[in-house]
Amino acid sequence: MSALAFVLNGREVEIGEAAAQTPLLDLIREQGLTGAKEGCAEGECGACAVLVVDADGRPGKSALRVVNSCLMLSALAAGREIYTVEALATNGVLSDAQRAMAGAGGSQCGYCTPGFVVSLFAEQHRPDRTGPCEDEALAGNLCRCTGYRPIHDAAAALGAAPDGPLLRRLERAAPVLHAVSVGGFSRPATVGECVALLAATLDARLVGGATDLGVERNLRAKTWPHLISVEAIDELQQFTSTPERVLIGAALPLREIGERWRDAPDAVHEWLTLFGSPPIRNRATLGGNLATASPVGDGAPLLMALDAVLHIAGPSGSRTLPIAQFFTGYRKTALMPGEMLTAIEIPKPLPQSVRFFKIAKRRADDISTVALGVSLDVDRGRVRRARWAFGGVAATPLRVVEAEAAVSGGPWNADAVARVQAVLDKTLRPVSDHRGSKEYRLEVSKSLVEKYYWELQS
Amino acid sequence: MKVVGQPLPHEGARGHVTGEALYADDLCGRFPGLLHAWPVLAPHAHARVTRLDAAPALEEPGVVTTLTAGDAPGEANTGPNRHDEPLFPDEVMFHQQPVAWVLGETLDAARRGAARVAAEYEPLPAVLDIEQALAAGSYLTAPLRLADGDVSVLESSALRFEGELRIGGQEHFYLETQAALAWRDEAGYIAVYSSTQHPSETQEIVARVLGLPRHAVTVECPRMGGAFGGKEVQANASAAVAALGAWKTGRPVRVRLTRAIDMAITGKRHPFLVRYAAGFNADATLRALRAELYSDGGWSLDLSEPIMWRALFHVDNAYRLPAVEVVGRVCRTHKTSQTAFRGFGGPQGMLLIEEVMAQAAQRLALPADVVRSRNLYREGQATHYGERVDDAERMGTIWSQLKSSSAFEARRAEIAAANARSAHVKRGIAITPVKFGISFTAQFYNQAAAYVLVYRDGTVQVNHGGTEMGQGLFTKIQQIAADTLGVALARVRVMSTRTDKVPNTSATAASSGSDLNGAAVADACRQIRSRLAAVAAGMPDGEWREFAAVCEAAYRQRVPLSASGFYRTPDIHFDPRTGRGRPFHYYAFGAAVSEVEVDGFTGAYRLLRTDILEDVGDSLSPVVDRGQIEGGFIQGVGWLTIEELLWDEAGRLATAGASTYKLPSWSELPPVFNVSLLERAAMPHVIMGSKAVGEPPLMLAISVREALREVVAAFGSGVVTFDSPATPERIFFAVQRVRALRPALT
Repeated sequence: MSALAFVLNGREVEIGEAAAQTPLLDLIREQGLTGAKEGCAEGECGACAVLVVDADGRPGKSALRVVNSCLMLSALAAGREIYTVEALATNGVLSDAQRAMAGAGGSQCGYCTPGFVVSLFAEQHRPDRTGPCEDEALAGNLCRCTGYRPIHDAAAALGAAPDGPLLRRLERAAPVLHAVSVGGFSRPATVGECVALLAATLDARLVGGATDLGVERNLRAKTWPHLISVEAIDELQQFTSTPERVLIGAALPLREIGERWRDAPDAVHEWLTLFGSPPIRNRATLGGNLATASPVGDGAPLLMALDAVLHIAGPSGSRTLPIAQFFTGYRKTALMPGEMLTAIEIPKPLPQSVRFFKIAKRRADDISTVALGVSLDVDRGRVRRARWAFGGVAATPLRVVEAEAAVSGGPWNADAVARVQAVLDKTLRPVSDHRGSKEYRLEVSKSLVEKYYWELQS
Repeated sequence: MKVVGQPLPHEGARGHVTGEALYADDLCGRFPGLLHAWPVLAPHAHARVTRLDAAPALEEPGVVTTLTAGDAPGEANTGPNRHDEPLFPDEVMFHQQPVAWVLGETLDAARRGAARVAAEYEPLPAVLDIEQALAAGSYLTAPLRLADGDVSVLESSALRFEGELRIGGQEHFYLETQAALAWRDEAGYIAVYSSTQHPSETQEIVARVLGLPRHAVTVECPRMGGAFGGKEVQANASAAVAALGAWKTGRPVRVRLTRAIDMAITGKRHPFLVRYAAGFNADATLRALRAELYSDGGWSLDLSEPIMWRALFHVDNAYRLPAVEVVGRVCRTHKTSQTAFRGFGGPQGMLLIEEVMAQAAQRLALPADVVRSRNLYREGQATHYGERVDDAERMGTIWSQLKSSSAFEARRAEIAAANARSAHVKRGIAITPVKFGISFTAQFYNQAAAYVLVYRDGTVQVNHGGTEMGQGLFTKIQQIAADTLGVALARVRVMSTRTDKVPNTSATAASSGSDLNGAAVADACRQIRSRLAAVAAGMPDGEWREFAAVCEAAYRQRVPLSASGFYRTPDIHFDPRTGRGRPFHYYAFGAAVSEVEVDGFTGAYRLLRTDILEDVGDSLSPVVDRGQIEGGFIQGVGWLTIEELLWDEAGRLATAGASTYKLPSWSELPPVFNVSLLERAAMPHVIMGSKAVGEPPLMLAISVREALREVVAAFGSGVVTFDSPATPERIFFAVQRVRALRPALT
């Protein structure tokens, strides 16, 4: 197989350098496979969903991951094995997922249906699934016709995955991502190579899961002189948890953080569930979320509450930086030219209490109007350490240090809440936009402090 | 065995789940040499185009040509009635309005070319919302008026109040964006695949732009990936551009709007501003209502006038209005041309009266369901436009059955007790009715034709004027044809909608698709059936049972095996000058009970349970009907809660994408969702005793808005009002307003 090719429904497809930055969806549809469709071009609706054969926790075996092919730049598919809805029926016999969707009245206009079928198929074939298919697995798909009830019924009706070519396929390992270097696209295998490439190509752009980059490509027709994919760098995929710290590779997909950090506080699992949708979490990385430095990114507030430390590699070696010093302005970070994030370290012991709150119009898969990461340690009735970190209230994610001082050393009571709120009144300077007015952002930020207090009491 | 009334899956389900179902843009691969189109978008809400030089686009590699004002051999205007939508405007009327198009070998080439078109503009003052339009006297229509009884009694009512309500619009967000594919056919004429609810109007507009007679234009709608009203008129412009491109270049041309462009340039549900004054008697019956309704029609007329009429027809919802005067006017603003959307003005009209009922209940300190039920139509009463409400007793039956099946009273008591114990998280429950008039209010639209072909092997092709957008029309047509002919379902194939099979069709809209087209198909099938019966009568005993044998015998006896069917809705009329008539063939009824929970700290809410009882007559297809009810309801919930259209100061749509405009997802599906169909509900004089189901369920979602109002009220005291949609932010501030004293922290 050439360096820039992938296997689609069992057949090798050449990408070609010219198409390296073309959305994978377009490439798939040009093959005559029109089941996957463009619904939004932002990774929100899932109509473009396809299945990627990916490594699994079980050695030597693999799993199917749902991804939004509209966001996956074609070069990122190099060396991968991908299946579309057209591959799910065997000799004209529908798969369980297809039969259940059709039988339950799960399709009306049918346009979103291939995406739902693909998500449902992957969920039925999830190796660690024990109970029924979880609705949450379909949270990355939008349907405008049905109101979801019949799709819920279809999901609930599925039992264990029956024998079939794709189930048997998962008994073998996923393809290993090889290093790639062609015109305008590189996929190095080590941090050292990656840093060297960054130094050699100053106009290069690092890409992880492309869940943000793909949107830029689709909405603003952006292209890049040189893209460097970090997906083949093992070090960036690591996850370790020791008594001293948790270390999360910067390119580890969000889904895996939840899977591998099993004893994480509830707040971390809640945070990950609110962080995009399953297809997004199959691709998006914490490193990418921090490096794009969106003021409404979901990553920073909780990591700030946990006093995370960022590991950075660059031309002059490695360094670490507390996350509170990372964001220097709107969409700006402390990364110097040629530097990259390699890992996010969360020191232990973790705070006694940690919570993540997200305010948005829609409960699932929405972008924050306001987010709050909060942590609290109380010793013998006195606050030893507190963190209040907000998203959506300033040009950057904001750790409100003054509010920490306002409660430190004193009791954690209603007066302390009022003092924090008084600080927020003075320090938060949110703006009005389509997600919420500045008045709401300020008032709800203050209210969240009270909510946190109240929930801790009860 | 009869198949009508059986719970069959959607006729297209297998194609949907395998990905084999093809939509307009999936057909591109069949057209070698296909060109792709990209628009040049104006960066002003209102401006004069002072210079447009498309030549630089041609220097871009891959660009083949551009489409500008001089290219149309006919009239380059896609406005259906007033001819008020120039395809290549010299005056920009809304932000992102296309002023020219670029055709390229690839979409990227066309897009790059469009960026190189040199356009200059002289910005002009823009009218960006209803208030500005009122101040500027900017309207698209004269005032429309309905009045009945003596509204002067309002002033002397026991309870009198007035208010203002802002109602947000709604983006259709059909999953398949606007799409068309046009080519020169074998005769040198024009053929178009169009994702359109109204193929005949698309044909008319293409013919107009190309200066061709209509027989030179063939439009086919293979199927649509959702429409909801958004492809009734708005599909025409994309089809016209594709056709003009094909006409000019001789090559096939594809137009498929990206989501961002689709949302930026196509019309939406109308935002409304309503000002009202209401008077109630001491017994909580409504005495008089006076209201002004203003809609934001956007830049051109589109369907705004009949939409306003339907809003005025539905200000009664299910309630008797003894004295009323309602005046509606469509405002002209520098925005997209707002258009049809499931409910067609009805939802906005109903929201007004439900606001009035809720406020009356609060002011009279009565439960809202009591006030609502005291005002429901009784048998023999007539609407404010003089149409008797036939079967009005069905509304009362639905109301009491649903209250009982949803355990409304017991749950309300349980909720009140739980709320008393919970300071910050509270729940609320509400019941609301829906009465929705069925028929196009333009009388001439209420007709349909069909063409049914039977082949010698006993298989059948059914052609009719309706389009399939997911609503299950083709499933119902297949069932109707199979039963009327007396053949198995599998013998009947419903063909895609083409203007060369059935001419002069009406839009598939107004919930009328199966009423009209189903009746026309049944008419054609009955003609064939009676001819075949005569043939069968002359056949030996065993043979006539076999449908194929009868067809073969009919053929050999030179009996025609095809027939045209036709249907026109009887006894409907309306005079807009007097505001009196019988515009609707009948009414669809239903009611919903919804329970929600609100977090007072944030305004965030969850829909916990919904119970619906809907009158669909004798259901033609229960799976389809339930799907329409559930889907319509959730779409209505989106309109009334999280779907918020916002424009910035420049008039640019700030929510032009799925990441900024949130439709309901899994998180909005209530964990308990009970849907029942009213039993023993056969509807005389409608196809096989059924009733229309497409639009009415959307308005059942008003129960969610009213349940939210109940929860907010539980947080404090005072009259609860909030504009629509009830976003978490609006609920948060509504809670803050009623909380006279915030509970002290302990």
